[in-house]
Amino acid sequence: MIALVNIKNSRTNLEHDQKKESEIASNRKVIHLRVYRKNPKQGKSSHFDKFEVPVQRWTTVLDALLHAKGYLDNSIAIRYSCRMASCGSCGMKINGIPRLACYTKVSEIDENIITCEPLPNFPIIRDLVTDFSDFFEHHRAMEPFIHNPNADIVDKNSLTEFIQSPKDVERYLQSSYCIKCGLCYSACPSVGTDTKFPGPQALAQAYRYFADNRDDATQSRLDIVDTKHGIWRCHFAGSCSVVCPKGVDPALGIQLLRGHLVSFSKNDKKLAESRTRSLGKI
Amino acid sequence: MKSFKEDKIYWDSNRRENREGLKAWLNPSRYGWERISYWLQRLTGVFLLIYFVGHVIETSSLVDGKDAWNAMLELTQTTWGHLFLILVIGTSTFHSANGIRLLFTETGRGLGKPGRPDYPYSPVSLNYRQKSGIWIALILAATAMLYGANILFAGE
Repeated sequence: MIALVNIKNSRTNLEHDQKKESEIASNRKVIHLRVYRKNPKQGKSSHFDKFEVPVQRWTTVLDALLHAKGYLDNSIAIRYSCRMASCGSCGMKINGIPRLACYTKVSEIDENIITCEPLPNFPIIRDLVTDFSDFFEHHRAMEPFIHNPNADIVDKNSLTEFIQSPKDVERYLQSSYCIKCGLCYSACPSVGTDTKFPGPQALAQAYRYFADNRDDATQSRLDIVDTKHGIWRCHFAGSCSVVCPKGVDPALGIQLLRGHLVSFSKNDKKLAESRTRSLGKI
Repeated sequence: MKSFKEDKIYWDSNRRENREGLKAWLNPSRYGWERISYWLQRLTGVFLLIYFVGHVIETSSLVDGKDAWNAMLELTQTTWGHLFLILVIGTSTFHSANGIRLLFTETGRGLGKPGRPDYPYSPVSLNYRQKSGIWIALILAATAMLYGANILFAGE
């Protein structure tokens, strides 16, 4: 009796599996993946390689690229890590627009040919991998850390609570979600023509620390961006905010920072500054 | 195997490689209305600069006497001259109206406030005020061009 039940169950499972497989097969289609290939160190000129890749409704461009790398040509160079839009490693130009490959589904592009190119405005290391040295240099130049000589870490015996209201946090929270993927940098037309321009990512970080009321370096932050090749090179094309995969809106941060520079926007009295002032350090 | 120094020289010489350059602002089609407005603002700016140089040359012909001035004016009385002037009207109207919008936005006005971003992310800086501003500038330019065309061509 038990054996009979098991046979029945296995039959139902088999039917279920077959049904599932046919469903998957009906969802599956083949796309043409065009991948930019170049190895500048070997001095070879660039070209596109074309691969036929089977995809399903949930296949991302990164999945398709990894399929091509795994089964068709293992020499394709790609940089990726988390596969969930958290690390910002897999940024590339997909059908003309900078996007994260792990965050872009093949189905949402809705085209049979998907062209993957390296991010513009970044020197190419190989194929889809680009050099972020300049980008990080600009980021570092913004001093992306809190300036506060009275931070608790200096004197642990005088630990005090640093109160931030939800309103205070909302001023900079958005800009702190940046994952440094470089999409905004590659979409910016000003970066395309001026290598010294810090770019939307760095300027948004300048705003992030400027707006943080734990930071007391208001004037020095404004001085860093108020240069010939600095914040004034932004012409509000808004492309940085369009491509940002984390909703950072760098264009907003840049314009708000400019408002402070031309004194159109009032500087709120920062808690950190009033503390420093009371200790006679400003 | 290249040394570290050779590698550094190689990367320093390739810094400018893969920059989009002028292509970045000559192709406005990929990123929405704000990018189109950026492109139009630049194109109209360059056009008005060229017009300004031509205008100075035209006006300076006055020093050569009345005949030279009339000969120069004759150039604008042709069909092509009228079309050029209509373009000047359109570009200057768009450039001014959109420029006023940019004066506000680039000093932090009309952009909205920063806040917690929720998926699907919609940038607050690219809000309806910006899009309305761009459309108002375009409609004003088109109206001014129509008005100019009516005066220039109907007046003949």
